[in-house]
Amino acid sequence: MSVVQRPKEAYLNVFAYRMAPKEEFFTRGHRACQGCGPALGLRHIMKAAGRDTIVVNATGCMEIISSPFPYTSWAVPWIHVAFENAAAVASGIDAAIKALQRKGRIPKKKTNILVIAGDGGTADIGLQALSGMLARGHNVTYLCYDNEAYMNTGVQGSSATPFGASTTTTPAGRVSFGAGYWKKNVAAIAAAHDIPYVATACPSYPLDLIRKVRRSFELEGPAYIHLFAVCPTGWGTPPELTVRMGRLAVETGIFPLYEVENGRYKLTVDFPQGLRPVEDYLKNQRRFRHLTPEIIQQIQERITAEYERLKMMEKVTQE
Amino acid sequence: MAKRTGIEVSIAIAEAARQANVDVVSAYPITPQTHIVEHLAQLVADGDLDAEYITVESEHTAMSACVGASAAGARVFTSTSSQGLALMNEIVYLASSLRTPVIMALANRALSGPISIWNDHSDVMNERDTGWICIFANNGQEAYDLTLMAFRIGEDRRVMLPVMVNFDGFILTHVIEPIHIFEDQEIADFIPPYEPLCVLDTDNPITVGPVGVPDVYTEAKKQQEMAIRESRPVIEEVFEEFARRYGRRYRPVETYRADDAEIVLLAQGSVIEAAEVAVDHLRDQGKKVGTVELRLWRPFPFDDLREVLCSTSIKQVVVLDRCISFGGPPGPVLSEVRSALYLEKDKPMVVGVVAGLGGRDISLEEYVEMFEIGEECLRTGKDPGEEPELVKIVGLRE
Ligand SMILES: Cc1ncc(C[n+]2csc(CCOP(=O)(O)OP(=O)(O)O)c2C)c(N)n1
Ligand code: SF4
Ligand SMILES: [Mg+2]
Repeated sequence: MSVVQRPKEAYLNVFAYRMAPKEEFFTRGHRACQGCGPALGLRHIMKAAGRDTIVVNATGCMEIISSPFPYTSWAVPWIHVAFENAAAVASGIDAAIKALQRKGRIPKKKTNILVIAGDGGTADIGLQALSGMLARGHNVTYLCYDNEAYMNTGVQGSSATPFGASTTTTPAGRVSFGAGYWKKNVAAIAAAHDIPYVATACPSYPLDLIRKVRRSFELEGPAYIHLFAVCPTGWGTPPELTVRMGRLAVETGIFPLYEVENGRYKLTVDFPQGLRPVEDYLKNQRRFRHLTPEIIQQIQERITAEYERLKMMEKVTQE
Repeated sequence: MAKRTGIEVSIAIAEAARQANVDVVSAYPITPQTHIVEHLAQLVADGDLDAEYITVESEHTAMSACVGASAAGARVFTSTSSQGLALMNEIVYLASSLRTPVIMALANRALSGPISIWNDHSDVMNERDTGWICIFANNGQEAYDLTLMAFRIGEDRRVMLPVMVNFDGFILTHVIEPIHIFEDQEIADFIPPYEPLCVLDTDNPITVGPVGVPDVYTEAKKQQEMAIRESRPVIEEVFEEFARRYGRRYRPVETYRADDAEIVLLAQGSVIEAAEVAVDHLRDQGKKVGTVELRLWRPFPFDDLREVLCSTSIKQVVVLDRCISFGGPPGPVLSEVRSALYLEKDKPMVVGVVAGLGGRDISLEEYVEMFEIGEECLRTGKDPGEEPELVKIVGLRE
């Protein structure tokens, strides 16, 4: 793989990570695959969220790998109820804390409520519960770790699966090139709820991720963070390249890092010298290896246009 | 002292939740439950109830939010009917498995399709095995009283299970009845604040709802089964205390003129009071008839039922089911009553009928017909139907 050309700030990002909190709240002993992007992300996320956090986990890889009774990797209160309802459970917790604090039945202190759900649990089956939670204005941060398929059940396609990816339910075959639809943009759907904070993030940019998680809790009201999380098992990428794959996704514009605070868009990692071609990202993955130059060209055009639109949103809303 | 007031039953149920000082209400509107949740929303809006009312976007979320709020230590209340309960189903099962004592007022309504907003028991029977304590009220006073008692039962440290109080949609929810409503202080004494057993608390982190590997799943289910069985004495304790305080006595199995009866009609819900009118009518003609009401549905009151039905004057039971178990016994109550008596030597015959589906009224003549089916069964010693398993619907238009 070619050496990635990074802007100077990106190097700073990596080294300054030593200044992140030492304490772990998503701890050792979990059963994630080697090089699991979501698990790596969770570790940073929990450092940022800290001790005073209640985690609501949707069914999916992160729930399964972290809680095989009698073991738990969670050093904060954690609850798992079902697949599609994490936002709903979190709504109930938020309401309970508000009522009980008001009635003087529990001490008044700031408690972060953090949902952790996969792309299937968010973009598909949990979208209604998520929308309800955002619309009602609960004081909850909803973090979707997007590994772009239903991994826990064996790499089936979700609506967050990217165009052209081969999954077990969108397989490439003699007459098919894999997923024939474009990835659903859940961050945009969340932003359309006019909530205080929406962000995208990636574990390959840990300080950016940590800052965004913290910001989501600083602001009163609902927040949505969409975490791009490499899954070596489902994507067919070498486990040792997880961090690099995340960086390539960002550097090619496949997954731009931005935030929307009170309606204002801001790219938090940008590449003034231009984006790398998407092929640099696509070529190292089993799920894309069948793609023809024509389809890669189609993806390139779409990604370029989407990135332009994002830059325009930034320009328009920052004015 | 309690005041006897003319009040819509739905409002009385909502008042019970207010008097229990619930912390979180999470509900989604569906006929015929609507008046209950509307009244609760108004109570919150007027500051008469200090609670968070979550205007959820579905019943699935209603129950999920209840579970979350309960896990965070709140006293929670919800209410639904029919399709709403069916949509909740996945999380109904989780509420009992996670031992969150959610209290639900279920305004019984038929399941679609065809869509019907009217009353029967197909909604609750669909949830029979979800591990909830399940109680039936047959009038407005009972619906109010049992809603109050549900908090005491479900939240008891020895129980910690959700409770479903059933009352018939429209027939009860939308009628104004004279109901004794207690003073708030009386209820504050009867229902102290909820003391949860384990909560999501950042000072004392716990893991709730972990993966149940094959090594532990069976034991988890056994514990759940023990918990609901062991709720029986607590339920009776609460019934007893209620009787001591307020003078109204509830029993897991209730009877009417059954002491010297030969034929009894066994049912649940508001039909019981109508059937009692038929009993009086038949008694006037010298027939030895009565009714048996299966008030407690889960945990199933095996002993009480056997005590009432076996080694007594009762020779014939006619079970009235308010829903059909398609291709099955054909009614859930019938099959459970039969199975409860199976090992008894000295037991009555049990025959089943289905009536009152989707809001179909049951007339006095039809109750009489049910007793006649029992009479014929008793006389001939066999089920009078073409085939015993074939559903016998009383009031079917041919
Ligand atoms: C109602 C329901 N439908 C289906 C499932 C099966 N199921 C469990 S996890 C899962 C996939 C989760 O995918 P995602 O949310 O993307 O998380 P990941 O496994 O990729 O981490 C599915 C389909 C379920 N548990 N509940
Ligand atoms: S399948 Fe993917 S997301 Fe799931 S644990 Fe393995 S690497 Fe992580
Ligand atoms: Mg996924």
